Amino acid sequence: MKTFYWLIKREFWEHRGGFLWAPVVTGGIFLLLNVMAIITAEVLSAKHGVRIGGNDIQMMMRHADAGDWAQVGAAADVAMISSMGMIGIVMGIVVLFYCLGSLYDDRRDRSILFWKSLPISNTNTVLSKVVSAALLAPAIAVVVSIVCGLLQLLIFSIVLSFHGINVWQLLMLSHPLRAVASLLSNVPLYALWALPAIGWLMLCSSGARSKPFLWAVAVPVLLGLLVSWFGIMGLFNESSTWFWANIVQRALLSVFPGSNLVFDKHSMLNTGNLDDNDPLSVLSPVHTYGLLASPNLWIGVLAGAVLIAGAIWFRRVRDDS
Amino acid sequence: MNAVVTANGLTKAYKNALALNDVSFRIESGRIVGLIGPNGAGKTTALKAILGLTDFKGELNVLGLDPRTQRDQLMEQVCFIADVAVLPRWIRVREAIDFVANVHPRFNRAKCEAFLARTKLTPNQRVKQMSKGMIVQLHLALVMAIDARLLVLDEPTLGLDILYRKQFYQSLLEDYFDENKTIIVTTHQVEEIEHILTDLMFIRDGKIVLDADMDAVGERFAEVLVSADKAAAARSMKPLDERQVFGKSIFLFDGADRATLESMGEVRRPTVSDLFVATMKGTYA
Repeated sequence: MKTFYWLIKREFWEHRGGFLWAPVVTGGIFLLLNVMAIITAEVLSAKHGVRIGGNDIQMMMRHADAGDWAQVGAAADVAMISSMGMIGIVMGIVVLFYCLGSLYDDRRDRSILFWKSLPISNTNTVLSKVVSAALLAPAIAVVVSIVCGLLQLLIFSIVLSFHGINVWQLLMLSHPLRAVASLLSNVPLYALWALPAIGWLMLCSSGARSKPFLWAVAVPVLLGLLVSWFGIMGLFNESSTWFWANIVQRALLSVFPGSNLVFDKHSMLNTGNLDDNDPLSVLSPVHTYGLLASPNLWIGVLAGAVLIAGAIWFRRVRDDS
Repeated sequence: MNAVVTANGLTKAYKNALALNDVSFRIESGRIVGLIGPNGAGKTTALKAILGLTDFKGELNVLGLDPRTQRDQLMEQVCFIADVAVLPRWIRVREAIDFVANVHPRFNRAKCEAFLARTKLTPNQRVKQMSKGMIVQLHLALVMAIDARLLVLDEPTLGLDILYRKQFYQSLLEDYFDENKTIIVTTHQVEEIEHILTDLMFIRDGKIVLDADMDAVGERFAEVLVSADKAAAARSMKPLDERQVFGKSIFLFDGADRATLESMGEVRRPTVSDLFVATMKGTYA
């Protein structure tokens, strides 16, 4: 257990740039863009003599009913979780390239000979990299998004307080704790959903003698083209789109958080009754964990496990360094 | 004596070549063995087999374990340095020590730090900022702090200047080696290690062509400086090798009678490199 902890720590040391600094910088840019937008809005409104704040808003607030308040709270919640979108895409890219390099880079620079001179099993080495990609990277990304969301909320509050609006009243309307809990609850789900892609990318990383990226992309895409060309899926009464969506995209793009919303119809099953005034419900476990009912998810997990076992086998037998 | 490594019929074939061809040998505890051979002779393959880094046919027993199936256990007792450039470039001195200290049960942190204190390395320095010599200092500090029974060195001083090379072997002898440890080393810089070796193994085309301890080598092989008038007589005794120096001939004999040799000229012990060159004649032809 201690060894495994240090293996994860090693991955973090090596990939601090991708795991930590990439989300932090993305979050920083996100906040900067927001601040610039606020400044632009303020300057424009001042120029045109439009008074957004002041007495008008205070008057509006006096006349607002419960529904309006809920909408204000919803807006604050959106501010809280919106940075996750940008950070999520960056994290997906980081995880994709991390997996592709994870079992290849040390063979190329021959540092595998150092790692293999230590009493660490190949299984533990590979699993530590799986855990880093499936749990560590998204957990860090989520924590960074949360910090970013809180800063975002703080910035809005400060700006609004210049317009004479009571900050605390506004913050009381939002649900920061629920937002944090919802974001965190998606990390394990992401791990399960991303597993086939992580497994496939790491298998390529472990097995390829050179250019793992080419293998990872070319094999599924060529298979897809063959399937489309010969209409093989017709044998199973499915269109070749099925193959592209369920094999090619799952093998490559599942590392992007939220990709399950696009690829899996079960993910959207429960979203029909979403409350417009409650944007957090998109992320709420009540909805997202509906994915657990999807065979797509569990077949993917199984495929991921097989692919990871293959990566471990390659890690043991490849001696090209 | 107890054997550290026992190989029986060790064979390893790559696609188009036989890297190890039915090799058998035995390495005892407390020895420093030089495994010496020309490029592509199978040295590295033999070491890889011992370390469980490659598959092979035949029997191989290292410290009572099978390196193919019991690698994880084996690596607690075995250390290796495979030339200088294998430490990951991103790692810092501090991180390397922390990592090894926490994953290796036989690592002695104080010993490692004491060794590093004698170098210019600083805890925050990354491997990519170091010279080759400094990298090998760090690697050696890590390895020497591990109480292992077998140390395998594959060209450990390749590309180092002579100061680092001397220091490397000196540290090994003074601070590391004792009768409970065994060192297997391959290198092309034979003359630098010949005085520290206790055993010599020559490997050529996947076969062991010489396997003897250094005392036996001194008794078996002799070099004689013969003047021109006696050269024909010496030549008739089937020397391994002949070369000319200052109008005299130097003959290298394997197992020839001492008294006869002494009657022909000055007899001395051949250097390992001369012996190597004579044994490997025609390898690349």
